[in-house]
Amino acid sequence: MTKTDTQSPDRRRFLGNAAALAAGITIAPGVTLYGVAQAKPLDQPVSNSVRWGMLIDSNRCADGCTDCVTACNTENGLQGHGRPATDAQWIRKVNLRDPKTGAKKSLPVLCMHCSEPPCVDVCPTGASFKRDDGIVLVDKHTCIGCRYCMMACPYKARSFVHETLSEQTPQTPRGKGTVESCTLCVHRVDAGGTPACVEACTEKAGRDAMVFGDLNDPASEISKKLAKHVTTRLRADLGLEPGVHYSGI
Amino acid sequence: MKRILFTQIQGNSTGYIALLGWLGAFVAAALGAVYFMEHNGHYVTGMNNQIVWGMPHVFAVFLIVAASGALNIASISSVFGRVMYKPLGRLSTLLSLALLAGGLMVLVLDLGRPDRLDVAMMKYNFKSIFAWNIYLYTGFFAVVGVYMWMMMERRMNRYTKIAGTVAFIWRLALTTGTGSIFGFLVARQAYDAAIMAPMFIIMSFSFGLAIFILVLMAVSNGTGRPLGDVLIAKMKNLLGVFVAAVLYFAVVQHLTNLYATEHHGVEAFILSDGGIYTGLFWFGQILIGGLLPLALLYHPTTGKDRMMIALAAAMVVIGGMAQVYVIIIGGQAYPLSIFPGYEVSSSFYDGIVGSYSPSLPEVVLGLGGVATTLLIVAIAIKALPFLPATLADADIDPHYVEPEPEPEPEEADSDDEGEEAAEAA
Repeated sequence: MTKTDTQSPDRRRFLGNAAALAAGITIAPGVTLYGVAQAKPLDQPVSNSVRWGMLIDSNRCADGCTDCVTACNTENGLQGHGRPATDAQWIRKVNLRDPKTGAKKSLPVLCMHCSEPPCVDVCPTGASFKRDDGIVLVDKHTCIGCRYCMMACPYKARSFVHETLSEQTPQTPRGKGTVESCTLCVHRVDAGGTPACVEACTEKAGRDAMVFGDLNDPASEISKKLAKHVTTRLRADLGLEPGVHYSGI
Repeated sequence: MKRILFTQIQGNSTGYIALLGWLGAFVAAALGAVYFMEHNGHYVTGMNNQIVWGMPHVFAVFLIVAASGALNIASISSVFGRVMYKPLGRLSTLLSLALLAGGLMVLVLDLGRPDRLDVAMMKYNFKSIFAWNIYLYTGFFAVVGVYMWMMMERRMNRYTKIAGTVAFIWRLALTTGTGSIFGFLVARQAYDAAIMAPMFIIMSFSFGLAIFILVLMAVSNGTGRPLGDVLIAKMKNLLGVFVAAVLYFAVVQHLTNLYATEHHGVEAFILSDGGIYTGLFWFGQILIGGLLPLALLYHPTTGKDRMMIALAAAMVVIGGMAQVYVIIIGGQAYPLSIFPGYEVSSSFYDGIVGSYSPSLPEVVLGLGGVATTLLIVAIAIKALPFLPATLADADIDPHYVEPEPEPEPEEADSDDEGEEAAEAA
């Protein structure tokens, strides 16, 4: 008879419970986070089961409100240098006026995160790339700064870093001499959050003009809204399948 | 036709040394300009987030387009069998490689990260026309280099025709690639047109030949080598045809756009309301680069005057730069049509014409590319026998009829050292 056989059932139960508790403490937060926010575990690759997109309701977007722009600049460390022609803008407010009727609109324009992005097509080194979940990014290490993607983008969504950078935010590395654009706040999205502009529109401005979510999930708020109302995509004639939809234009 | 004697230039005259000095100074200034731009960032240039390709791209694209055109003289003899052009084949290949080198230098040094050239050479996205061009450009050096060797090495002369044919096809592909950089851009009103590729090919014929004529005249003058009237007359007639063809393509390009209502905006911009771009189009591209050279080249009096032919060639170069400027800068300046039918405004210059004025460092970089081209040619013709000792009609024209009082046969000029006799006709 071995020593372990002499252990009491109580002690065995205690060890088993302790192990279960330890495992629970270790794993549960991740499981909980994943369950609640649908975040992708960081050790798993991005998959095309998700297609991130945005719906912008121009009827709710107020002329003169730039909370989304400010939030983007703060989140991503985009500082102006007082040179608007060369300063980076990842999201901008565009004012529209119908010359026939005089009707006006104001709405934000950002990277459309196209399914068929021309910036990715033309990039010679493959620095411009599209993730499987639809987010279009620039690899700062392989961008040579040729700016062909800026020539190719129909939405003027990209900026070239024209000057030496300082005070970058840790979550958004940038690079002098490279091209950049809206990342859809990929660092937030990968952690289960929403882009800073959407958050600002909802929480700060209280307008709810921007909805972010998974276009592949029929149960998501964005999918439900898209199913309910006809929406527009900018330059839809080009067949690029932008991930950003607009309603009210 | 006599045997052609190719010689190096002696290259120890004050004029030659001074030329090297000047060209070297321009190259040094260009490198200084690059350091200034890269150190500070591109905000010190005229470029911005609206006009992302500026003056360096104008120079680079012009030089690259002209590079493939400069090869035509060699192709005319090797591929199309015109023996009279044969003595010019070596210089033609040299000039074309030098132009490409100058153009690529400007293109690369204007990158946001020129230090990442290795990335561009090792990581490829094969859907990008830029990536194709990297192969087309580097391949051009190899193909034309081999072609040049076949011409210059007597044992290899028998392969000249095949090498020349490969080079000719390659150069057509190269210029197709350069034109397609713009032809493939679906986003912009001024581009997205299949005519860009063939138009760039015909532009290359014209710009390349104009530069070749100017370089040939300068070299012949500088080294006292005879240059026959028949050869000049042939080349100027050919230049006239090319200039007319460039005009024809410009007409077709704009007529096609004018027919489609969606392009009326951009056409009105280029042709009538575009300020500097309209001016450059009509006065630069059409008048200086097209109509005036045509008149000079085909007028019975000026068409026989070398100075006037040189002037016409120089005008083709100036008009060509204007044309490339209108295509590249004008095409970007016209606002993107993101919301058709609406008046648009924003903090990011939506809906308004982009503004661009070339800065000094950009111009200096572009001129540095030109200087690099000329420096390569100047050094190469001293190092190797690229130049025929004579291009007098009596020596190269197979149909030459001697005039009544026979002048003494031309000798190699005193600035030369006889080096190599090769290539019997």
